[in-house]
Amino acid sequence: MARAARILAVTMGLLCLAGPTFAATTEVPPKDIHWSFDGPFGSYDQEQLQRGYKVYREVCSSCHSMNMVAFRNLGDPGGPFWNPKYPNPNDNPVVKTIAKDYQFPDVDSETGDAIKRPGTSADYFPAPFANPAAARASNGGALPPDMSLLAKAREGGADYIYSIVTGDRAEAPHGLNVPAGRYYDPYIAGDLGSFWKGDPAKTPPGGFIAMPPPLVEGRVTFDDGTKATLNQESKDVAAFLQWAADPKLEERNRAGLGVMIFLLLFAGVLYASYRGVWRDVGH
Amino acid sequence: MSGPSTYEPKSAIERWLDTRLPVIRFSADLMAYPTPRNLNYWYTFGGILSFCLAVQIVTGIVLAMHYDPSGAGAFVSVEQHIMRDVNYGWLIRGLHANGASMFFVAVYLHILRGIYYGSFKAPREVLWLLGCVIYVLMMATAFMGYVLPWGQMSFWGAKVITNLLGAFPLIGKPITTLLWGGYSVDDPTLNRFFSLHYLLPFVIAAVVALHVWALHVPGNNNPTGVNVQSKSDTLSFHPYYTVKDGFAISLFLILFAIFVFYLPDALGKVDNAVPANPLVTPAHIVPEWYLLPFYAILRAIPDKLMGVLALAGSIGVLFALPWLDTSKVRSMRYRPAARVYFLIWIVATGALGWCGSQEPVGQVIPGLTGPMLIDYDLNSVTWLSRISALYYFAYFLVITPLLGLRETTLPVPDSLYTPVLPHDAGAPVGASPVLATEG
Repeated sequence: MARAARILAVTMGLLCLAGPTFAATTEVPPKDIHWSFDGPFGSYDQEQLQRGYKVYREVCSSCHSMNMVAFRNLGDPGGPFWNPKYPNPNDNPVVKTIAKDYQFPDVDSETGDAIKRPGTSADYFPAPFANPAAARASNGGALPPDMSLLAKAREGGADYIYSIVTGDRAEAPHGLNVPAGRYYDPYIAGDLGSFWKGDPAKTPPGGFIAMPPPLVEGRVTFDDGTKATLNQESKDVAAFLQWAADPKLEERNRAGLGVMIFLLLFAGVLYASYRGVWRDVGH
Repeated sequence: MSGPSTYEPKSAIERWLDTRLPVIRFSADLMAYPTPRNLNYWYTFGGILSFCLAVQIVTGIVLAMHYDPSGAGAFVSVEQHIMRDVNYGWLIRGLHANGASMFFVAVYLHILRGIYYGSFKAPREVLWLLGCVIYVLMMATAFMGYVLPWGQMSFWGAKVITNLLGAFPLIGKPITTLLWGGYSVDDPTLNRFFSLHYLLPFVIAAVVALHVWALHVPGNNNPTGVNVQSKSDTLSFHPYYTVKDGFAISLFLILFAIFVFYLPDALGKVDNAVPANPLVTPAHIVPEWYLLPFYAILRAIPDKLMGVLALAGSIGVLFALPWLDTSKVRSMRYRPAARVYFLIWIVATGALGWCGSQEPVGQVIPGLTGPMLIDYDLNSVTWLSRISALYYFAYFLVITPLLGLRETTLPVPDSLYTPVLPHDAGAPVGASPVLATEG
């Protein structure tokens, strides 16, 4: 839906371009959250990913697909249900149980009939709608974006997702004419000039989004007993989406540390050789 | 190559091979190549660039094994298959995507060094021209490579850039259709871009071989710009410059690794994590950073055809540089006025790069509204682009030719080695330094 809002914002931007004056889009920068995966030594907090997966599964996935993630990925190293006892994530019992809860269309190899069968670890997350048209039809014309890469596809990444889902948009500023089926959000880039009745210089920053505020306190019940505040749910789901978009972050950071240590030593050795070779050479 | 060969076959098999295909002699002469002894670290970018080309070709060949050049499959093959399922796919792609940027960092410093020390001047014009050809090929290759992941910026970048050719009267449209393989950017475009993206690096490698050949005929320039006069001015390429280049490459690798491991997406655009969609135009279509100055020149000019010509001219003028520079002194070390104009040129080109990343109507000084002039506010990105582009061209077409005729230069040393004597306190001028053994 962020994309739908984006389309709207762009269209409005283009309309303004055609007009005599141009107003650039505005937005409030996303809240700066401290994440466990920040920085060169960052890693995912597995419990947080498990909570985030629950929020995704019980809330987001009813509208948003996540086509690039398979159940087995949940058991990959760094993933929410990684267990060193199961180096092959397809064998991970948690993963298998989750997959079994879903039914997938298949063909009976004996009769050729179309059947439904329980999911396996190798299946990809099923999409909530059969196609984009069906998704639009159920969402007031807006297409909920696929979430596989969402954290990489938005400026601000997890901070941005957190800011959008915590929703500072229950109340639109007084004087803003919000169209039906749209919600005001200061973190969405947009140009609200033509929807604002007050002083043009005080046009609120941000744009419209078609997604209603998705989370409220207690929307899910966390299995680890963590209190499901709005803040907690938002943070956890943003972290989960970051993992979904960048599942190799831990592997990359670990490899990076080794590579940096090697390169520093290698550069040192080469510098020593350089000094040795060039010693007593006028240059 | 310059000078007689110093290679002597040491074994029977070497003698046998030497009279049939003297590859060992060829390599030995390359390693023993007499190189000016005063080359500084700015001269290490040649080696760094060869390294970059090798990295791009090796990682590219591996990526091609896993890539699907179709509109329906390209994005998934990159973002799902390569990034998630291929062993170390994230690393190979990270090296390739960031390697392109590293390649351009190195080539820009290499070009700046060439201009500063006058390495394009006689007798190195052909060397310079081949370098310009490599640079143009690099830009074409990088542009087509950016299209391959088939994200939003890939698609729309391809659309904007290929549309430029349509600005030419009569021939523009047929050329664009041919390039697209249809009437819009689509599957056939992606397929031919993939084919050309695989081909061009090998063309680059071939031109690099010519570039090195053209280097070895007149020999290296050096920071003084003074010709090599005797054997004592030079050192054997190996080990002196292999070890110096090697050290420089190791430092360059550290910078490269910071991007690959810790900032893998910093140089890209978030829009490219969204699959290509012909129906949704991204809010800001911008090319990769290394093409931004030329993009700004294109947009600075109100007429599309003139803009495209200016864009082509901004690169074309580099080819003419050896004949535009009238100065008798090669190195800017002894041309104080030229140094200042050159520094301003670097700033102007940097400003163009910044302008290319901004919206044309954006304000340069926030909050200040100036008078409107030729469609744009005077305090707009467009006007900064126009002024910078004007300087960009004036530097090559006016300043460089005139300055060479009028400037006052500093005294140029008699030998490239004199200014870098060991700094013996009280050593009389002209005292002969202790020379190391020659290679």
